[in-house]
Amino acid sequence: MATTADTFQAHAEEHHHDADHKPGFFARWFMSTNHKDIGTLYLIFSIFAGVIGGAISGLMRLELEQPGIQILGQVSMWLNGSADFDQMLHTWNVLITAHGLIMVFFVVMPATMGGFANWFVPLMIGAPDMAFPRMNNVAFWLTAAAFVSLLFSTVSPGGTGTGAGIGWTAYAPLATSGSVGSAVDFAIFALHLAGAASIMSSINFITTIFNMRAPGMTLHKMPLFVWSVLVTAFLLVLALPVLAAAITMLLTDRNFGTTFFDASGGGDPILYQHLFWFFGHPEVYIMILPGFGMISQIVATFSRKPVFGYLGMAYAMVAIGVVGFIVWAHHMFTVGLDVNTKMYFTAATMVIAVPTGIKIFSWIATMWGGSMEFKSPMVWALGFIFLFTVGGVTGVVLANGGVDDNLHDTYYVVAHFHYVLSLGAVFSLFAGFYYWFPKMSGRMHSELLSHLHFWTFFIGVNVIFFPQHFLGMQGMPRRYPDYTPAYQYWNEISTYGYYIMAASMLFFFANMLYAFLAGKKAPANYWGEGATTLEWSLPSPPPYHQFETLPVIEDHHSHHDAIGPKGAASAH
Amino acid sequence: MKFGDIARKRLHILPLIAAFLALFAVPQTALAAAAQGAGTSAVASVADAQSPNVADDTAAPAAAAEGSTPAAATSETPGYTPLGPEMIKGQPEPGGIGFQPQYSDNGQWALWMHNAFLLPMMVGVSLLVLVLLLWVIARYNRRAHPVPSKTSHNTAIEVIWTVVPVLILVAIAVPSISLLARQYESPPEDALTVKVTGYQWYWGYTYPDNGGFEVISNMLPEEEALARGEPPQLAADNRIVVPVGEPLRIQVTAADVIHSFAVPSLWFKIDAVPGRINERLLTIKEPGIYYGQCSELCGARHAYMPIALEAVPREQFEAWVLSKGGTLGAAEAAAEPAAAPLQEPESSVEGAPGAGAAPATAPAA
Repeated sequence: MATTADTFQAHAEEHHHDADHKPGFFARWFMSTNHKDIGTLYLIFSIFAGVIGGAISGLMRLELEQPGIQILGQVSMWLNGSADFDQMLHTWNVLITAHGLIMVFFVVMPATMGGFANWFVPLMIGAPDMAFPRMNNVAFWLTAAAFVSLLFSTVSPGGTGTGAGIGWTAYAPLATSGSVGSAVDFAIFALHLAGAASIMSSINFITTIFNMRAPGMTLHKMPLFVWSVLVTAFLLVLALPVLAAAITMLLTDRNFGTTFFDASGGGDPILYQHLFWFFGHPEVYIMILPGFGMISQIVATFSRKPVFGYLGMAYAMVAIGVVGFIVWAHHMFTVGLDVNTKMYFTAATMVIAVPTGIKIFSWIATMWGGSMEFKSPMVWALGFIFLFTVGGVTGVVLANGGVDDNLHDTYYVVAHFHYVLSLGAVFSLFAGFYYWFPKMSGRMHSELLSHLHFWTFFIGVNVIFFPQHFLGMQGMPRRYPDYTPAYQYWNEISTYGYYIMAASMLFFFANMLYAFLAGKKAPANYWGEGATTLEWSLPSPPPYHQFETLPVIEDHHSHHDAIGPKGAASAH
Repeated sequence: MKFGDIARKRLHILPLIAAFLALFAVPQTALAAAAQGAGTSAVASVADAQSPNVADDTAAPAAAAEGSTPAAATSETPGYTPLGPEMIKGQPEPGGIGFQPQYSDNGQWALWMHNAFLLPMMVGVSLLVLVLLLWVIARYNRRAHPVPSKTSHNTAIEVIWTVVPVLILVAIAVPSISLLARQYESPPEDALTVKVTGYQWYWGYTYPDNGGFEVISNMLPEEEALARGEPPQLAADNRIVVPVGEPLRIQVTAADVIHSFAVPSLWFKIDAVPGRINERLLTIKEPGIYYGQCSELCGARHAYMPIALEAVPREQFEAWVLSKGGTLGAAEAAAEPAAAPLQEPESSVEGAPGAGAAPATAPAA
């Protein structure tokens, strides 16, 4: 402790003259209690994990370009030291498992809740920092530890071969008696750690939002991004303990002879699925809701108009969150549900389309009558709105239990959830990234490279995922490394889409390079008069500690432009 | 403006919405009634045809099949020959962009529902959003519209875009719920029972009404499949053979981990869960070969345990049963109709005849 304090003190002395004193490198980045630094760490972590997860999807698309086994042998040689047939196929299952877990727990969630929410919730509500700064730090490092545990799992024995080949859903009994070896235990431990981290950061967000809003900022004046984080944090706090319970039971079934999910001991494999999806369905809203919030901010900013139907937008997210908890069994339509259960979950699932539709139409209505400027965040937001709609309508198809009997566990489902996540959540991530990157870094990125990135990415991901609807309707099951030649045509095209998408990421990294090497210095409010939330009242990047004197939100302002750019009292 | 005022002002929109809904509802209810009638009457006729056999206990159910499929009755083949590749009906087509053609009543009904309701809904909503987006981009960009309006509320339009989606969803829910009801119809008591067991990584098909023999079905190697004119990855050495045109009681379970028994061209998918029997009614309309694949991740060779289902006329089915050493068992079936499989103890469900029996069964010729 003494060293920490000393480090802090030493640097405080050094930078005594400005209030913006920062601790030394190690104390600043490894023992950080600053919400902006922790947010930056999360974003770097998320990009790093995203490269790994994206590379894994590249391996999968390469394998699926043609029928037969192409590259799994090499991957298996690297992972197992042999290219035995069963080990190759097990390696495939390891790839799909790792891809799913990495993208959900180590890319999207750290980016939305860890990165953007940490950075901008305190800024947007006029708070100096998060309520529990040290817990914030613990949450980040637990996430990092969880990722290490997941990486351990890929090199541990997992039954047929090395690594956990159980799918991100880890259904029992495949994840219990079906996978001998420590790989699955490491994967389960990774989920435990990541879950604990998320619960901590959610408690932090809820406390911060409820208690640390600047004077005058009522709940109904909060920016919609803050609303989305609040709803998401509640979903996490309510859903993750159920996951923790389920995977703890998996762990005891595996190691301590319990039979929670083993019929031969009076347990039930379907019970695991109920528990998993009670977490898993809210989880998909956890991934998309912060995206909704970011899109609302961006659309309003670049239309120079307040968000249309602010209250409807906020409570649509609340409704999505609530209904999201009572539709989980639509992931289990083929397990042999009772007919009435299936009818209920069909109807309840379709209800979600209503608040989602309200959001889509409200975004369009925000633009309607506006004065739109097509800067990089806006084009990503427009792409998001259309692609999320496409993913939404296939969701309505899948909601029908009777129709789902054919589509369940096919590529149609893969296409659907990649349209709402890979094209939905990820588009909102890039939109948010380009929106706030100059604010965070103090450097402007290149609009040209951002637009090139958008168009190539847009084309790429659509070429990847749209044909997968066709494959699914033709009956191609998910999680297959090999297929009958009839499926080759669309698989090949889908793989070409991956090449386009991968190339488009070069524009992204080139853009980051450009910004840090040659980017212009970003002014405080580089998006102009449409950007009205509190973070635009601070310089870019904001001072190390902001709002030491709390800003006051005046009453006559509408809830969207909570405060004018000149109205805020910032720290400097 | 109060909501009530707006509602009164915009009241004339309501009949429009009602008319719009009626457009959906009228043909749908009519067609649903028609399809329902057709479906139930088909099942009923088969059941009627068969029930006398059970009652007077003399003739094999073959008589019923002969009655209902006169074409097949003329052939006198005593032996059984597996259907050739020309009879393949349920398989994916290269570059196909839609569902496989459907060969069961429920499948045709579900396909119709998808094409008549869901597809127009998907295309309509996506196009509507796309057109609106293009319109605002063209009309409300900074050059065309430099001064933004300050509108941020319009209760009437918010009510409309909440209520209209609700109505569309209700229009979808009606056929959807009746599809579910159809899929959950119980098989008639005298329906032939076939028990499907998922193993890592092959399928076992047991025929409790025909002496309880089990057929083990493994994927054919690629060369073998091509030599037989069948699609690789889908062809199996032993098919699950069932009689065509009569209701089947398909019971699905698993011996080790969860699998899923799926045949896309029959709109049929039900998980095989260890320790649990899932039962579904299945009636196949045409003789032929229908391919499917395991549809729940079950370990390394998940992609290598295809389902090859062969539907043949009743007498060929019986010849096949005899060739497998089974019994026709009309007597037992009549004595304890449908009771036998359900009362089978759990232990025998996950049964010993599984893996051990695999090499014993001869591959189909």
